[in-house]
Amino acid sequence: MQVKTVDLQTSQAVSAAIEKHGASREALIPILSEVNRLLGYIPAEAFTEIKRQLRLQSSDLRVYESQLYSLASFYHMLSTEELGRHVVRFCESAPCHVVGGRELLTAVQETLGIQPGQTTPDRKWSLITTSCLGVCAVGPVLLVDDDIYGNVTPDQVPEILARYE
Amino acid sequence: MKTIRSMVIVSGDPVSLQRGASELMQALQKEIKAFDLADEITVAMASDLGRHDALPLVVVYPDAVVYGPVQPSQARLLVEEHLYKGRVAEALLAPVRELSGTIAWLRARKGTLPAEQRIVLRRAGLIDPESIDDYILHDGYQALGKALTTMTPAEVIDEITRSGLQGRGGAGFPTGRKWSFVAGAPGQPKYVICNADESEPGTFKDRLILEGDPHSIIEAMVIAAYAVGASEGYIYIRGEYTLAYQRLEKAIQQAEEYGLLGDDIFGTGFHFKIHIHSGAGAYICGEETALIESIEGKRGEPRARPPYPPTKGLWGKPTLVNNVETLANVPPIIRSGADWYRSFGTPSSPGTKVYTILGNVNNTGLIEVPMGITLREVITIYAQGMRDGRPLKLFQSGGSSGSIAPASLQDTPMDFESFRKAGVSLGSGALLICDDRTCVVDLAKVLMQFFRFESCGKCTPCRVGTQRSYEILTAITEGTARLEDLDELLRLGEAMETLSNCGLGQTAAVPTRDILKHFRAEVEAHIRLGVCPSGVCPMEKAAVPV
Repeated sequence: MQVKTVDLQTSQAVSAAIEKHGASREALIPILSEVNRLLGYIPAEAFTEIKRQLRLQSSDLRVYESQLYSLASFYHMLSTEELGRHVVRFCESAPCHVVGGRELLTAVQETLGIQPGQTTPDRKWSLITTSCLGVCAVGPVLLVDDDIYGNVTPDQVPEILARYE
Repeated sequence: MKTIRSMVIVSGDPVSLQRGASELMQALQKEIKAFDLADEITVAMASDLGRHDALPLVVVYPDAVVYGPVQPSQARLLVEEHLYKGRVAEALLAPVRELSGTIAWLRARKGTLPAEQRIVLRRAGLIDPESIDDYILHDGYQALGKALTTMTPAEVIDEITRSGLQGRGGAGFPTGRKWSFVAGAPGQPKYVICNADESEPGTFKDRLILEGDPHSIIEAMVIAAYAVGASEGYIYIRGEYTLAYQRLEKAIQQAEEYGLLGDDIFGTGFHFKIHIHSGAGAYICGEETALIESIEGKRGEPRARPPYPPTKGLWGKPTLVNNVETLANVPPIIRSGADWYRSFGTPSSPGTKVYTILGNVNNTGLIEVPMGITLREVITIYAQGMRDGRPLKLFQSGGSSGSIAPASLQDTPMDFESFRKAGVSLGSGALLICDDRTCVVDLAKVLMQFFRFESCGKCTPCRVGTQRSYEILTAITEGTARLEDLDELLRLGEAMETLSNCGLGQTAAVPTRDILKHFRAEVEAHIRLGVCPSGVCPMEKAAVPV
């Protein structure tokens, strides 16, 4: 018989998320967000683990992996794939675009050598395009992990990226 | 007893924080202690102060002196000169600028400057957003007290109806009517939802209200709940707004402690609870039925309507969904009356509107002005003119789903009715101002890329229409499109507008339609001549014309 083991870290992240947001239908998205925040992404085994732990807590809550995956793939802040150590989020909305966003994206792509949606082979960087970050007054905007950079020009890109190990 | 004689505000927007605003605040606190002034001077971090040219800013009230950019190492000089010796620290003053958001408003009150009129943002930047006492000191929760103890629910709805308040999320639906639908709908319990899923590109007015004055939203929600008979409320806030989330959480906790939220509010027996629900990144969740689906823990796919939320909303119960800015107008209307509110703006669109000014202008930022001012006024007075003196080519109002309008419309009063007549949508209040270096096809392509990405995929016209339109627009920018493709674009647009299930698909083709209406010659130049007149598009595959 094959015994499936769940990574301890995943299991702990799931418990913490359920404890924080409760075991209910309306808590599913907050639970997924929390797991995503704790682990950096939502691994496939986390879906099974969320299902298992929710059933333990509330027997009438019928949740399936497919349902959880459908949520995780719908919301942009949730990732089902492991990302690089640092994530560059680039706002590609019109307000940033007309004040130099287009040139900025080219500079970021050239510096990192990857296209949006890709991760560098050394797993250091992921580049993601995102919708408006709500800091349009200082566009164009780059978000590196949790740091927001405003009024960025293409020649500042190498210097900004060099700050991250 | 403590008597506060002065208040120091540090700008806490993301750029200021990145430039050391927190360290600056600590340094200021340390120096204030060192000069033994801690009992008479408060230091607080405000959100975005509406001015972005000298961050981090420090504003010292009541004299409203603006310093910036200030380094932590300069905190001693500032405290010693201004707060201890009582004279302005000239060396640290921010560059003089006539109009700068909050600060301009404060000076305008003294009668020195033209009219920014702040109603919903009147406290943002002036009070400590994490202190309920500060909010109460600035007339907070007075409207709630008035509504609960001296007015019937019907009178509250009547006051809102008479004020002429229209929804500020984009559609402009009369707020009073929405409230009366929910009040009259059968079924219990009823819900009040604050739509704080502000994701329209170029719009950040709600973030400023939530970060700068969170209690105003709590107060408004309780008033709304009393009026429509709801017992539970949700604030659906977009996942990226972490600071606003924390401030709301704190505000709710404080309001509960003060008996302004929870059981037996103001001793009247009325009870109301508020939950915060954080989004996870989906533009479509700003659509009210998608938002409701998301709160219920599902994919944010819009429902078929009717039934509308006022009759069947969250968990199938009558639900009131209002935008943040709409709600922020409620307490002032209840406190000062509908007639007072109608003294601002135009007869058909009373009150003020918060605009975000973006694009190729000298000063970007946020203003709250009476309804009915013109874009020309916005550009010359508030934005301080076009950047590099370039000519205005076009503006886009209302974010991605808004309209693209040519420069000739810049003298049309910006209110719901006048814009509707001119075929322009006022939308969420984002004003993207573009000069002659903007290519209309490139702009439409970026906007279509946005819709293609954000379409939830539930209904075919939107899912396929946005993809196909994007492909055609891309072909135009590469120089491979044919003239017939423009007819195809219009046909797709019509199909999306008439057949899509929700507002996203229905408005996704607006930018494309607008550029073909106002800038057809420029679009055709890409195809007929193989050139981009603005020199933006790559056109790498264009055949050389004979």
